[in-house]
Amino acid sequence: MKTWIKITAAGIAVFAIAVIGSTQVYAQDGVKSLRGDATLSEGQGAPDINAQQVGKRFTRNYRQQPPLIPHKIEKYEIDLKANQCLGCHDWPQNVEANAPKISETHYVSPTGIRLNRVSGSRWFCNQCHVPQVQTEALVPNTFTSSSDMN
Amino acid sequence: MSASNEEQTSFLGRMWKGLRRPTARYAMGTLLVGGFFAGIVFWGGFNWSLELTNTEAFCVTCHEMNDNVYREYKQTVHYSNRTGVRATCPDCHVPKTWVHKMARKIQASNELLHHFLGTIDTREKYEAKRLKLAKNVWKVMKETDSRECRNCHNFEYMDFVVQEKRSRNRHEEAIDKNMTCIDCHKGIAHELPAGIVGVDGIPNVGNPNMGK
Repeated sequence: MKTWIKITAAGIAVFAIAVIGSTQVYAQDGVKSLRGDATLSEGQGAPDINAQQVGKRFTRNYRQQPPLIPHKIEKYEIDLKANQCLGCHDWPQNVEANAPKISETHYVSPTGIRLNRVSGSRWFCNQCHVPQVQTEALVPNTFTSSSDMN
Repeated sequence: MSASNEEQTSFLGRMWKGLRRPTARYAMGTLLVGGFFAGIVFWGGFNWSLELTNTEAFCVTCHEMNDNVYREYKQTVHYSNRTGVRATCPDCHVPKTWVHKMARKIQASNELLHHFLGTIDTREKYEAKRLKLAKNVWKVMKETDSRECRNCHNFEYMDFVVQEKRSRNRHEEAIDKNMTCIDCHKGIAHELPAGIVGVDGIPNVGNPNMGK
């Protein structure tokens, strides 16, 4: 019985130290949420609306970056029933629409089977591909593309 | 039996006789002026109640409309946009010209019937029927050369210069090929139905895994 109490007490102590330690590390690094220092009751005003860059395609920042979308997409339906992106970007429609064809990697199922339609695991385009916007980074960072490092 | 029959015929007969007999009590002017104003009241009342059924507020009193298509439509450009101009349900789904409007209103009695039968009274039932319902609307819009779209949209006044390149190209192509709005613009105000894989005239945008 006493061992039980000791183990529990030790457990609580370790947990408390870990929590305090982690908050201190957190505070030292100065990590903030996107709200910054504002409290919950404080309003910060709406963020700036960044105009979408239409027409000219942005280059990729790194090799594996999913290409950005150089046009508006907000009224396109992408759900369980339909994906209107495919109307132009799926083969063979892309030829007539003169639109970039979806990469062949998107026609392979998670188990490696080649498919005739876009794989279900790639169905929701805007999980990776987003409309391009010329704006500040949400979080300041020192990212450098590997191709710029040589 | 024969007595009541006689009474009925005599009542109808009296009505008929009364209608056929020229009146001796009222002046011609009274009848004409009275008839004229009664006409205004009746015709006005008819038109007023007809127009009452031609409002969005009336459409969404049916939960089939309110919970499915109306909710979807609120996400689209015809509900919310830069300039605040809206196209409500009847703007697209009821013709403006009187003859076509009356024909559509008579057709709507079928919709009333199915409302009371509960044909599409749940989301699941609605989704199951959506392809058929959508095809009906697409067919009508194709036949009328997208008449209701063209109440507002007109190729003549489209400024292709301010359009995005991809829409400019497509619209010029549409004029050349004598196409109509609904040929391309399916599912702009409501969600596309499940199972549109291989439906004529629609690019392959359906989910082949849906329903499997």
